[in-house]
Amino acid sequence: MIPVAVSLVIVSHSCKLAEGVAELAAQMAGEKTIIATAGGAADGSLGTSVDKVLQALARAESADGVLVLVDLGSAGMAVEMALESLSAEQRERVQVSSAPLVEGAIIAAVEASIGRSLKEVAEAAANAQTLNKFPER
Amino acid sequence: MPVTTEQVLAWLQRSAAILHEHRDYLTQLDSPIGDADHGVNMDRGFTAVMDKLPGVADKDAGTILKTVGTTLVSTVGGASGPLYGTAFLRAGMALAGKFELQDSDVMAALQAALEGIIARGKAKPGEKTMVDALHPAIQTFKAALETGEPLKAALAKATESAEQGMKATIPMLATKGRASYLGERSIGHQDPGATSSWLFLRAMGG
Repeated sequence: MIPVAVSLVIVSHSCKLAEGVAELAAQMAGEKTIIATAGGAADGSLGTSVDKVLQALARAESADGVLVLVDLGSAGMAVEMALESLSAEQRERVQVSSAPLVEGAIIAAVEASIGRSLKEVAEAAANAQTLNKFPER
Repeated sequence: MPVTTEQVLAWLQRSAAILHEHRDYLTQLDSPIGDADHGVNMDRGFTAVMDKLPGVADKDAGTILKTVGTTLVSTVGGASGPLYGTAFLRAGMALAGKFELQDSDVMAALQAALEGIIARGKAKPGEKTMVDALHPAIQTFKAALETGEPLKAALAKATESAEQGMKATIPMLATKGRASYLGERSIGHQDPGATSSWLFLRAMGG
């Protein structure tokens, strides 16, 4: 069986935040999971850039799919605009997650690294919404 | 008298000038309820638009507006990039191939722009956004044209409605965009996006 390799794209208003989240997630993911980032506006200031999202999607392109995680507001809009400029076939292989960025990225990285499908990775990341950081002792 | 592409270009130039003039004002409005970048972002976007316009000055209105849209999308880092970008792209699609615009074309372009912003931002009237200035403005514009008013008068009335809509955002609770994170503290501030929308309409009337 050919192993499944879903990749991740981290979109954040801050370049540092995107890279930091990717760094944390990569620590869990192992080497075969591609984690691409689209951080900051085109000029590097705080913001998001459709072009950077497209570049990250290209770097992360995988036949098994790409999960995109975003930080705030306009990051989601930039992703939507980027997806609209892809072909229908490319778009089919991309899912956008509403999960909280840090937890979502780490959970997705773990699931991707053990060969889960895009659907499974996306579902696992979505569960990060209800993750309790202080479970009762 | 139809609107020519020269007039469309002149409107964009006036918009750039007005946005530049109001850069600090828009950023000030964005400081208490947003990320304090709206003025800077819009000015940066329209400075880039001004650089691009000479290259499309002999093209149809649709191409001109689509060029504005793609330029805004790639140069404005905040939410206003995708929002106004989509508005100009949709307006451009509505005017594809046209060098002379009838009143109904202007109406169609404004309507398409508003629908683009609504589709992109998923905002409804009353949520303290651009929609609160544009929606009443376009309703007024449509009603004025239907009663036979000339374009210039209809635009002046639309601009007044946009201004009222903009002021009506002050007591609103923001439920979209960065301001929504502030909850009740967003009340009492005028929305910067509604303000820039009003400025675009003001530039049209000039």
